Amino acid sequence: MSTVEQNLTDLPLDAALREAIVAVTRECETPRAAGIDALKLVQKRFGFVSDRHLAELAELLGMTPAELDGVATFYNLIFRRPVGRHVILLCDSVACWMMGGTAARLQLRERLGIEPGQTTADGLFTLLPIVCLGCCDHAPAMMIDDDLHGDLDAARLDAILGHHGWRR
Amino acid sequence: MTDRPLTRYIQPGHEPLDIDGYERAGGYRAMRQAIAMGPEAIIEAVGRAKLRGRGGAGFPTGRKWEGVPKSGAAPQRRYLIVNADEMEPGSFKDRLLLEAAPHLMIEGVIIGAFAAQAEIAYIFVRGEYVLAIRRLVRAVAEAAAHGYLGNDILGSGFSLTIHVHGSGGRYICGEASALFSALEGHRAVPRSRPPRSTTSGLWGRPSLVNNVETLCCVPSIVERGADWFLGLSRSATEGGTKLYGVSGRVKRPGLWELPVGTPLIEILEEHAGGMREGYEWRAAMPGGASTAFIMPENFDVAMDFDSVGKAGSWLGTGNIMVLDQKRCPVGMLHNIEQFFARESCGWCTPCRDGLPWVERILAAIEAGEGEPADLDLLAHHTELLGPGGTFCDLAPGAMAPLRSGLKFFRAEFEQHISERCCPWHDTAEGWA
Repeated sequence: MSTVEQNLTDLPLDAALREAIVAVTRECETPRAAGIDALKLVQKRFGFVSDRHLAELAELLGMTPAELDGVATFYNLIFRRPVGRHVILLCDSVACWMMGGTAARLQLRERLGIEPGQTTADGLFTLLPIVCLGCCDHAPAMMIDDDLHGDLDAARLDAILGHHGWRR
Repeated sequence: MTDRPLTRYIQPGHEPLDIDGYERAGGYRAMRQAIAMGPEAIIEAVGRAKLRGRGGAGFPTGRKWEGVPKSGAAPQRRYLIVNADEMEPGSFKDRLLLEAAPHLMIEGVIIGAFAAQAEIAYIFVRGEYVLAIRRLVRAVAEAAAHGYLGNDILGSGFSLTIHVHGSGGRYICGEASALFSALEGHRAVPRSRPPRSTTSGLWGRPSLVNNVETLCCVPSIVERGADWFLGLSRSATEGGTKLYGVSGRVKRPGLWELPVGTPLIEILEEHAGGMREGYEWRAAMPGGASTAFIMPENFDVAMDFDSVGKAGSWLGTGNIMVLDQKRCPVGMLHNIEQFFARESCGWCTPCRDGLPWVERILAAIEAGEGEPADLDLLAHHTELLGPGGTFCDLAPGAMAPLRSGLKFFRAEFEQHISERCCPWHDTAEGWA
């Protein structure tokens, strides 16, 4: 994560993003019902939800920052800490476990030097465990950002990493 | 129409049909018929078709729909909610329907909402199903542009808005009352029952919650009738076809739409092609990680809720996981309990503290550090965390596979403890 981006997460949300968030709250029956959508809008722009942005969102949603943080930290797809440029969600549920999910984790550790929950030193990848991705007939499976990848094996995993900027 | 009500609009490897293609193939005809029939006739047909909830619980859909207060009796807003939070490990059927037949989903929602006289519907999709969400949002816009959503649909006086909600994650959101908490913008903690959600659900209003596959069955019931739907099934107690899936080291893992009640062995041998060379099946979980093991001597069981229940397990999602002889049953159970421990919402103490305890005992046994008394401790937990012991059904679901594993794999558990290692450890770290 570059210092420029880190600084942006300490600044107020810009008017356009605030407007988009307010528009979402108007579509919902109560403002707080827009919470997940609002958190996702911020995360889409900045990669994660900073304390500063959380407090600002809470005000827009009519909640205290603590209440909104209680919500944000419950849901695993909302990130309250900076993540790498690409987020890898590696399935560690049972169908993938049977089909080589552990081998995928070990290879990611070997290639990227990180365990689930960690980010590479160059800020390129964050690796997170995820529950069954509903891709069991093509296990083992993982997502990188918005894309699902199944039928992983050693070569395919390297190719996918390479496509996202990993170099040996 | 074919005998495949769920997959008739799906062409593998192609983009889903847009609204014009869907209508040319016969789509949205059932919606028109449903509006002409009226709510009561629809509910009657769904009941007579013996459709049972495909999310895993198997509750009779007609009975659930009858439980929504009649609109005259309770003039308040009511909701239809699609539970598209598919996260039960080993289950991958709803993703196919959402991605490949979004208009069938929407037609099912319109008919269900009309039957319940619900003017707002939410499709609650797990956040990782990015492609499904994208396609649903597009299909909702197409349906609205055609006048199938919005005010006074086709001059019926009935109005409906569909919201597609991408979830923030967590398995517990699939529990209907936790799903309400999530949609209201709270932590997804379940609520006590009763009251039933059909009388007091989202924001305390009548809410009908149905699974994706359940609602996708409805258009064909309306179009062809309950008798036709019943006739599709090989089971006397349940109608229709079902998306059965198989994963594990079989020759052809996949999903197939087959008559309800197709025997497990037939799915495994004829459709999944049997085991790969060098592998033999040791056991199967018939419907996800919260269903008990079925052993090979019972593989002739008909895959419907009543029959699998009599065989000591539960149909669940009908997506089968096959455990082979080279994978360790204790390791498999450890993986499953790790999942449940992580996904406990933390609201009630037995689940929040009990599941991690179970997980650590299994981890110790798998690592060769187990003691004989651990097996009694695990068995004790299957009682403590069983039905009625916790606030919702997450922990009882977690205990079902463990209870069956302690029964069927007693010798393997004891072997781990006496040999102080996992006899199959090395194989779990390799590629399949």
